[in-house]
Parts: sequence; structure tokens; C-alpha cells
Amino acid sequence: MILNKLSKRLESVQEFEREPVPASKLKGWRSFLGMYAGEHTAGTEFVIGPLFVAHGASAGDLIFGLLIGNLLAVLSWGLLCAPIAVKERITLYYKLEKICGKNLTVVYNLVNALMFCFLAGSMIAVAATAVGIPFNIPMARLTDLLPGSFSWVIIVLVVGAVTTLIATLGYDQVSRFANIAAPWMILVFLAAAIGVLPELGVNSITDFWPVAESKIWTGVPLEGQSKFTFWHILFFAWFCNMAMHIGMADLSIFRYAKSWKAGFTSAGGMFVGHYFAWIASGILYAVFLQQSQNSLEFAPGPIAYYAAGITGAICVIIAGWTTANPTIYRAGLAIQAIIPNSKTWKVTLIVGLITTTAACFPALVMRLLDFVALYGLVLMPMGAVIFIDFYVLPKLGLKSNLAEVTGRKINWAAAGTWILTLGVCLFINFYFGIEIFFLGLPGWFVAVILYIGLNYAIQSSKNQKTELS
Amino acid sequence: MKRTLLSILAAAGLTLTLIPSILTFTGQIDIQMNKWLMLIGMILWFSTASFLLKPKK
Repeated sequence: MILNKLSKRLESVQEFEREPVPASKLKGWRSFLGMYAGEHTAGTEFVIGPLFVAHGASAGDLIFGLLIGNLLAVLSWGLLCAPIAVKERITLYYKLEKICGKNLTVVYNLVNALMFCFLAGSMIAVAATAVGIPFNIPMARLTDLLPGSFSWVIIVLVVGAVTTLIATLGYDQVSRFANIAAPWMILVFLAAAIGVLPELGVNSITDFWPVAESKIWTGVPLEGQSKFTFWHILFFAWFCNMAMHIGMADLSIFRYAKSWKAGFTSAGGMFVGHYFAWIASGILYAVFLQQSQNSLEFAPGPIAYYAAGITGAICVIIAGWTTANPTIYRAGLAIQAIIPNSKTWKVTLIVGLITTTAACFPALVMRLLDFVALYGLVLMPMGAVIFIDFYVLPKLGLKSNLAEVTGRKINWAAAGTWILTLGVCLFINFYFGIEIFFLGLPGWFVAVILYIGLNYAIQSSKNQKTELS
Repeated sequence: MKRTLLSILAAAGLTLTLIPSILTFTGQIDIQMNKWLMLIGMILWFSTASFLLKPKK
């Protein structure tokens, strides 16, 4: 029975994995609008909004930084990712295989899976903060990196075990449940923030801005936190999904779109989840800080419970769980692509174990902003490779999809671009002290120059010329 | 008929999730009442939406 379910599920996942999506399966823009709004109002939003407050973002910087950053993210989806997706209509993995070769795609999958594990781990930790409320367990502080109590570890292990078990057995049901929960979750975010505004002294709309500046986004970071400026907010909003838009992971999504313009429907996710939900969760955290006199304790569960009661706590559990669950499943699939003969449920179980172990460490939640930025940065060079391979190489008289053309298992131009770009980013970070949030932009240009240069060098070599001819 | 009733109840669920917070903001109900109404809204939404949003066969 279980094996039947699993094989059915895998069959559905493998639909059009190695062929272009046929015209009969294309979807209109409305499907993408709902999907993006739902996917980007998730467990991470309960952490990111409060972390902006903790990092001392000012009200003006936050409102305008998010506005412009999210707009740039939408443009990146609409102008970079979606046009290639609808022309090629194949998955990211298949496209990578054509350009980079099988072996490099395996490495990409492995890195991706590891990133998914940590992301899912942070969401298990978020859900655990809500599950722990009735047990009155001590919550982690903003400065904590290691687990602080035995009871915390037990709660995380229980939440992790349940999440992994469900990821192993019932992805379809969870996905359906997440779709049902999405509109409700968006409203809970809004309602919880509106309901607590009077506690901050906002009794009419005109009170909001002065209170926002003096009590919510005060511009003063909490103890031990770095200061966030307008540029931090803008670049974070733009690059927190860098792996998906500039990194081209959403080629797999938009290959189903009737028109490239569907890329702009990502605005649904950006301006509902990454704008209103971040603002709302920031307001909830400001109320918590006021009540606790700037306590460094950081736990989305109790914060939401204070503002919206049982509904708030359940919302945190559902948000964390519905984000962690598919993420564990995706990580499992990425690893399964590396070891094709392995059983999906075994791989998912191992991934769940790694994820749950990682979730015990509060560092994953407290440093979520850095982690999300790192996630985007690490996968970004491959997006630049796809972009240049698709648009620029043919115009320069160079071959696109080199691995497919030559039958090679690794395209060293792509591998070199990936490694050297990250090396340059690391150098800029260490030598010039530029923070991780800002590295994506220069990194993309470095990747572009490297990929063109390395292709010239490789494709013009004597051996390669013979092979290509 | 059954679907119409479910749609009305689901809409009521979402309304009970959002509107009470606005009433709390305007001072017409207290935050405790808001929390209770949100809870009722949640129960209404999940008990009806799962039937309404069934995948088409």
C-alpha cells in the first residue's frame, strides 16, 4: 500500500522531467499567482520580520527597502527566469545536465539538498517554539547558537520525527493541506498585527507612522545584533530567493507557463508574504519586546500566541510544518537524483534525521537572514551560467549546452565559474569586509565574465574544436 | 446547495479571522474576544475549506 503510494507519487513528480512540457499542460497566470502567494507566506516569515526589528532597521528603511527589493525580485523572475523557462520548457536539472554535464549536476543537487536540510531544520525549530508553549520550556535567545535545555531538544526531536514521518508517507496530503492553510495564514498574520497595534499606542491610522518609527522599527539594534540599513533590507528582499529567480531554480515552475509574463505573478508572493507578512511579524515582535522589556528571548510561537491566542500558536506550527515538510521531501528527491536506485522513503528518512539534528541548534533560526543569503549566493553562479549559455554564447559564436553537444560528464567552464565566483565572493567578504547580503550582485557579474572567458578558452582549444566539429 | 452552504461557512471562517482584529483596533471588542473569534474562524475555515478545495478528479 505504502510502496504503491510512493511509486505513484514519484511517477507524478517525474512528469516531463526529461522532455519539454507539452502545450496541453500549460497553465495560465492565475495558477502561479496563488502558488507564489501561498509559498512565500510561510514559517520563515515569522522569523525574518522580527529579525529586521532586532537588527535595528528604521521604519523608513524597512518600508522603502522592502518595496524596492521586492520589486527587483519580481523583475528578476519576470525578466531573467521566466523568459528562458517558457522557451526551453524543461526542468532546471535537465537544463543543468545539458550545460554542465551529469557530474556537475550531481554536485549541484548535493549542495541544494544540504541547503534544503538546513532550511527545513529552521522551520522545525520554529514549529517547536509553538509546540513547547504548554510545557513552558525555556526558549532560545537571539545570541544562542547551541541548544540551551534538554526539554528543548526533546520537543524538537518530536516535531522533527513527526514531520519526517509525514514527509515520508504523505507528501500529497501535506501539499493539499498547505494550499488550504495559505489564505487563512495570510489573514492570521494581518489580524494578529492589527489586533495588537493598540498595545503599542496606535489607536488610529494616523498614529501608525510615529509609533512605527519610535517603537517598532526604531533604528536601534538589540544587544549583540548588527545594524541593518536601507541597503541591507533592499538587498535581502531582492536576494533572499536568489536561488529561485537569478539562480534559475524556478525554471522548473515557469516551464508550465503559457507566457513569460507569468513571471511577474511572483509579485503575489513578494508583496503579500515578503512585505505585509514581514511587516506584521515585525509588529508582533515589537509588542513582545515592549512586554518583556527588550528580552533577548526569540521564539515565534509564544509571540504569535500572545497576539492571536491558540490560533496564533497553531498558525506558527502549521507555517513551520508546511514549509519543513516539502523542503525535506525536495532534499530527498535531490539526493535520490544522485543515487537513483535508493528508496525514496529511506532517503527522506535520512534527510529528516539530518534536518532534525540541525534543528536542535538555535543558530539556524537566529542566523536565518545570513543562511538565506548564503543559500542564494551559493547557487547563484549556476543561474548566471544558464543565462549566458542561453543568450550570449550563441551570439559570440560559441556552443551552448556544451556537455550535451560533446557528451562530457563535466563542463569545466561551468565548474570553474561556480568555484571561482564563490572564491571571489569569499575574498570580497574577508578582504573588504562586505557583508554576505551584498555579494550576490558583484558575484553575478563575476560569474558572467568568468563563464564567457572560460568558454572562449575551452572551446577555442585544439582538442575541443575537433570534438565540436 | 451543499456547496453554497460550505462556501458561506468558509467565507465566515475567514471573516472571523480578520474582522475581529479590526474591531479590537477600533476599541469595539477586547483582545480576548478577538482571540476567541479567531479560533472559531479557524475551526470554520479548516472544517469547510477541505471539502471546498478538493482536487478535481
